[in-house]
Amino acid sequence: MQDYEVFLQQLITGLSNGMIIALVALGYTMVYGIIELINFAHGDVFMLGAFLALTLLGALGMEAWPSHWQLAGVAIMLLASAGFCGCLNWSLDRVAYRPLRRASKLSLLVSAIGCSFICTNLGLFWGGMPMEVFAGGVAAAAPKDFPQLIPQFNILGESAIRIVPADVAVLVVTVPLMIALVYLVKRTRLGRAMRAVAQDATAAALMGIPVDRVIGITFFIGGALGGFASVVYALYNNTIGFQMGYRAGMDAFTAAVLGGIGSLPGAVLGGLTIGCVRAMSDQYVETRWTNTIVFGILILILIFRPSGLLGSTRREKV
Amino acid sequence: MTVPILEVKDVHAAYGPVEVLRGVSLSVEAGEIVALIGSNGAGKSTTLLAISQIITPRSGDVRFCGESMIGLRGDQVIARGLVQVPEGRRVFARMSVDENLKLGAYLRDDITAVADDLRHVHELFPVLKDRGGQLAGTLSGGEQQMLAIGRALMSRPKLLMMDEPSMGIAPLLVTRIFSAIRELNRGGLTVLLVEQNARGALGLSSRGYVIETGKVTIGGDAQDLLRDDRIRSAYLGD
Repeated sequence: MQDYEVFLQQLITGLSNGMIIALVALGYTMVYGIIELINFAHGDVFMLGAFLALTLLGALGMEAWPSHWQLAGVAIMLLASAGFCGCLNWSLDRVAYRPLRRASKLSLLVSAIGCSFICTNLGLFWGGMPMEVFAGGVAAAAPKDFPQLIPQFNILGESAIRIVPADVAVLVVTVPLMIALVYLVKRTRLGRAMRAVAQDATAAALMGIPVDRVIGITFFIGGALGGFASVVYALYNNTIGFQMGYRAGMDAFTAAVLGGIGSLPGAVLGGLTIGCVRAMSDQYVETRWTNTIVFGILILILIFRPSGLLGSTRREKV
Repeated sequence: MTVPILEVKDVHAAYGPVEVLRGVSLSVEAGEIVALIGSNGAGKSTTLLAISQIITPRSGDVRFCGESMIGLRGDQVIARGLVQVPEGRRVFARMSVDENLKLGAYLRDDITAVADDLRHVHELFPVLKDRGGQLAGTLSGGEQQMLAIGRALMSRPKLLMMDEPSMGIAPLLVTRIFSAIRELNRGGLTVLLVEQNARGALGLSSRGYVIETGKVTIGGDAQDLLRDDRIRSAYLGD
């Protein structure tokens, strides 16, 4: 493999992972935009989405399905995980955040950290499920293999650079979701209400906008994006575990801050940047330095440009 | 005597342990402009928030068109036609003028009637039409006030409560806004006007109330209030 081919290969990997990180980062940034809360449980909601997908895969026996049926299986997992994560995130807001709407931001943050612990432990518990796809559930904490449902061949044929169908699948899922989200926020009545609540919740209430319902819907949408992302992540990386929410959550949170928290395009740009930085660091530095480099960048951004790449005092929230 | 469109009876309200309203009573009849005047911190804005159910009164009753508002959600109050223009305008600064006006009609589904009301608002404040695509934050203070009023009108209120529409606005625009209020009133809109600018507000109104440390202390005909010695010394600077 030539040098430039290695570079391009890492770039493809970085962009694919970056799109997944971006989808999770959107969930952080939307919730921050509307109630200025870093929803620490978001990464763990994402993790539980992947567990649900694996459970469905095992329960329906998707591995034995003919290959074109497996694509339908992927669609089922995407929709189920999105719905599940959306509802879970909505419930967290309803139960753990909404009663604290008038409390200090710190109380809210502590509540979010608590939710994160609860969800992480739910994942640990879930990992002990006695199913074949969970390796019989003997080692609950062990990483689980996520079967390869998407065929593994090089779309570029004999080329040294590999683009596999999973790379394409990432784009096919993430890009339409991002376009739909931007359309929703910019063009629809609900999106207008979300932006209004983000800018001034009291004024929005005086317009008759049901503020709590709009916040709840924002949590649902953010969670659902995480659910979609979890299935794509599992299909792309083929391993899931109860701690993946922490890892992916940290990456996505870094991406959101890097792009400018509260900014939708910022979350996508931040996600792609983090994905590529990770891939390049894995290749050209060393894997064990990757986290240091990613968080080093975060620290530099926070020192020299605290509002992030695309954030500014005038940024569009939600 | 006719039944008033808005009746506030002995309302008490507090922020945490701090009691801000200690028995506010007032009434507004259909077609009137009523002024509520008082100094800073007397509880004028809190009165409006308690009427709109943005804060929940501890005791007392708010009746609008004969129905108690207590226990209703904010959006339910607005859907009944009891709407306020908030203090300090609070337009959505990072949204366009058009979007702000659309948000005013958030609860309405009657698209043709909304379009009629938008035309009406544009006639009343032509600047809102000219600057439709501009971000609301780039408007001058007076223009933002016009936008805040226009936005509230888009919800087709029966009674419009305005919180300090003259605050921080160039005198020429204050005149313009007060004449717009008079024009709207002639068109049948009932107005409850909260003002520190007591002379301007009473000059516009048929009746007025004075609120002092959370209680309505004086109420009566606006012209009588303008001549009242206590009010002249305390609020009119004579």
